[in-house]
Amino acid sequence: MELDAKIPAGPLETKWSQYKAQAKLVNPANRKKLPVIVVGTGLAGASAAASLAEQGYPVTSFCFQDSARRAHSVAAQGGVNAAKNYQNDGDSVYRMFYDTLKGGDFRAREANVYRLAECSLNLIDQAVAQGVPFAREYGGYLSNRSFGGVQVSRTFYARGQTGQQLLLGAYQALMRQVSLGKVTLYSRHEMLDLVVVEGKAKGIIARNLDTGLTERFAAEAVVIATGGFGKIYYLSTLAMGCNGSAIWRAHKRGALMACPSWTQIHPTSLPQSGDYQSKLTLMSESLRNDGRIWVPQLPDEQRAANDIPEQERDYYLERRYPSFGNLAPRDISSRAAKERIDAGFGVGAQRNAVYLDFSKAIREQGKDKIKEKYGNLFSMYKKITADDAYAAPMKISPAAHFSMGGLWVDYELMTTIPGLFAIGEANFADHGANRLGANSLLQACVDGYFILPYTLANYLSGELKKEKITTDHPEFDRVEKDVVTQLDGLCDIKGTKTADYFHKKLGKLLYDKCGLSRSAEGLTAAIEGIKILRTAFYKDLIVPGTADEINSELEKAGRVADYLEIAELMCHDALSREESCGAHFREEYQTADGEALRDDENYCYVSAWEWKGKDSLPVLHPEHLKFEFIKLSVRSYS
Amino acid sequence: MKIHLKIWRQKDAKTKGKLVDYMLDEVDHHMSFLEMMDTLNEQLILKGEMPVEFDHDCREGICGTCGMMINGQAHGPVPGLTACQLHMREFKDGATIYVEPFRAAAFPVKRDLKVDRSAFDRIIQAGGFITVNTGQPVEANTLLITHETAESAFDSAACIGCGACVATCKNSSAALFTSAKISHLAKVPQGEKEAAKRVLKMVSRMDEEGFGHCSNTEACEVECPQGISVLNIARMNWEYTKANLLKD
Ligand SMILES: Cc1cc2nc3c(=O)[nH]c(=O)nc-3n(C[C@H](O)[C@H](O)[C@H](O)COP(=O)(O)OP(=O)(O)OC[C@H]3O[C@@H](n4cnc5c(N)ncnc54)[C@H](O)[C@@H]3O)c2cc1C
Ligand code: FES
Repeated sequence: MELDAKIPAGPLETKWSQYKAQAKLVNPANRKKLPVIVVGTGLAGASAAASLAEQGYPVTSFCFQDSARRAHSVAAQGGVNAAKNYQNDGDSVYRMFYDTLKGGDFRAREANVYRLAECSLNLIDQAVAQGVPFAREYGGYLSNRSFGGVQVSRTFYARGQTGQQLLLGAYQALMRQVSLGKVTLYSRHEMLDLVVVEGKAKGIIARNLDTGLTERFAAEAVVIATGGFGKIYYLSTLAMGCNGSAIWRAHKRGALMACPSWTQIHPTSLPQSGDYQSKLTLMSESLRNDGRIWVPQLPDEQRAANDIPEQERDYYLERRYPSFGNLAPRDISSRAAKERIDAGFGVGAQRNAVYLDFSKAIREQGKDKIKEKYGNLFSMYKKITADDAYAAPMKISPAAHFSMGGLWVDYELMTTIPGLFAIGEANFADHGANRLGANSLLQACVDGYFILPYTLANYLSGELKKEKITTDHPEFDRVEKDVVTQLDGLCDIKGTKTADYFHKKLGKLLYDKCGLSRSAEGLTAAIEGIKILRTAFYKDLIVPGTADEINSELEKAGRVADYLEIAELMCHDALSREESCGAHFREEYQTADGEALRDDENYCYVSAWEWKGKDSLPVLHPEHLKFEFIKLSVRSYS
Repeated sequence: MKIHLKIWRQKDAKTKGKLVDYMLDEVDHHMSFLEMMDTLNEQLILKGEMPVEFDHDCREGICGTCGMMINGQAHGPVPGLTACQLHMREFKDGATIYVEPFRAAAFPVKRDLKVDRSAFDRIIQAGGFITVNTGQPVEANTLLITHETAESAFDSAACIGCGACVATCKNSSAALFTSAKISHLAKVPQGEKEAAKRVLKMVSRMDEEGFGHCSNTEACEVECPQGISVLNIARMNWEYTKANLLKD
């Protein structure tokens, strides 16, 4: 299989406008004959559904929460990037493109990344038009701040609740279309399979989580916007319901998965405090603008942070990366923290944290100023830990946060199944092997508002004259039967261990072997470990109740079943990439001073995987990346 | 610590519910309230019983999904918190805790602690948005909004739609939720143009959904995990009166 990314020819700056100028349109009168399914109501899904409905396509939209406003996007704190150069600090579309590509360790497509930077300008305009109350200067102009990994201030923010405000904007646009009758919304519905007819995506099977019954939905195209699967690590910064089921089921129906092992581990999460813990809470990265990160110079230090004199502290990020210091990109900061923790310098009860210290900033700027900037984060910290971070440093620790991998898509955001699109965090995205802060909200939004409306129309224009498939088609029968069999099967195991038990075990295994650092030995062991865990799952799982009622344990079990398969693919992916790049750190491939050692000669590709059945190995189809406009360089932040 | 729970169990909207007693012997005081519930559920499942159904997702106090009455208070005893952010250290060893669903005619119970809050979405559908198409907006900085206005709009926009205001109100009024959206959009220039139409539609939708009237007890503000101010309600009333007066 040759993967065709369908990147338009011509200069970087004009690729997207050329594409738009040439993309086929659908006559407004014909659009109502082309229904579209959008799964997910996060930033990607809500913006896409609203935009497509405005254009006149009948849209059916799904989410598993009780309301479209509650998608995981709501939790994003720090901000959203745009190359507006409002601060006159030298920002430009090109610089943002370059920063993003370099941040991702040159493992993303030039054309996609350039388009992301280009569309960023419109996104801010769009959000402001919808009423998003971004931070403003006293004169009324929009305000910006800088964010991990870049040296310009291009991050727009709405206090520490940027995701919430952007999502509410998109949700409100969606609600407007619902009230106009152009979107039919199914909340508390979970997509459990994809229906492919004659090679094209034609519908989904979803479970109504209120009744337990499976339902069929047909359409001329299906858009998956179901977010990331980082919750596979169990402990993560993601919401509890985040899952990989929709993309995984699509994968098993023929869509390739790209770079599944690239997981961002965020450096500033709160550390784990006990086994009962269900998630880790992120502290916004913006804290790194004023907080200094350190650990004691002595291993096993017992003194309280404030009793450790300045000269006995190791500001390891400032020491190792003098020009970026505490603002070093996430992969670098996380790995540096892990390195210190593993070497025995960790702090806190479980010795699994590092300090994030505001004392210097408070001394220099005053407590009020710090309170104004980060007050809500400090109070959140206090709520969770009962500690006062104005008086003593915060304790932070790396945590799984974001999946850079996902369904493989071409420039049009279409997967390898015609008619199946993937947007937002559900696709393998434009972030390469690492995501710079504040680029994800951006990607989710531009995919939905600005890109998909063009590329989907281009596809649909070809479907107009084709015969329409309804839910009576035998393929719907077949797929629905598969779903029901699986659900009943999970209920019937009647073992002695809960879905959470397996999820926790899997998460720990992955974090240790396919987390911040990986080795061939560890990954090989992990693949074996996952197989054993999977066998145990199907023998010993307990799900109470039945499939035809409200049953959140059954929901969890289905998601864990998928995680147990995704995990194995993640390990295969990590094992096959014999280099270190971005968030993927293979211990065998590092420089003498412990930095990632990339191998452009052999691994400058996106790894796309094909499912070959549960007892077969997945097959790799590399999409070789061509860099026409920039020269690959060593990613150095020192 | 030991905790004695009295939890509302109800199979569905039609079946009668009741409080059921549960004992937990080893609750860590660092646990969040929902982690304590997870622990209980794990035990119930292993005994072959149905776990307690409750809604939750972000567990960070921002998605608005979790919501339950804890000892008679929406989201529990600590002001300014959602249930997911409440920690067991707030309770004494040996405490008895009552856990019940949010109660309001407009929020029917689905099962146990899960309720149907879709009425909130329908209030937003009635007009809680700015009528702007996607794709071709004007340059953002052509629209100047002072720092103070943006901050004040944000204060209203911060509502997470959890429903605590409704659950705590003796009239089950949705005035705080509705007014927060009305104020947010009325305060910024983008939303001003439609303010009159919006307030009329949203208020009438709120009534149709079966929410009660606001009688200014201000309990909603006390229980709101986001500290949304009742001044929003005053603003909504003002916008409403103005819209009615100027209506043609
Ligand atoms: C704590 C935190 C903070 C963050 N902060 C930032 C930040 O400051 N800046 C930034 O740029 N990014 C940030 N991110 C990342 C960013 O929030 C996400 O990548 C982004 O919001 C993803 O958007 P999405 O629309 O793709 O998916 P989501 O918002 O996750 O939406 C997924 C949707 O899919 C639905 N869904 C999932 N599975 C199914 C299914 N099977 N059936 C039906 N529906 C389904 C869900 O109901 C939901 O509606 C942060 C992430 C976290 C965890
Ligand atoms: S679970 Fe999101 S607010 Fe509590």
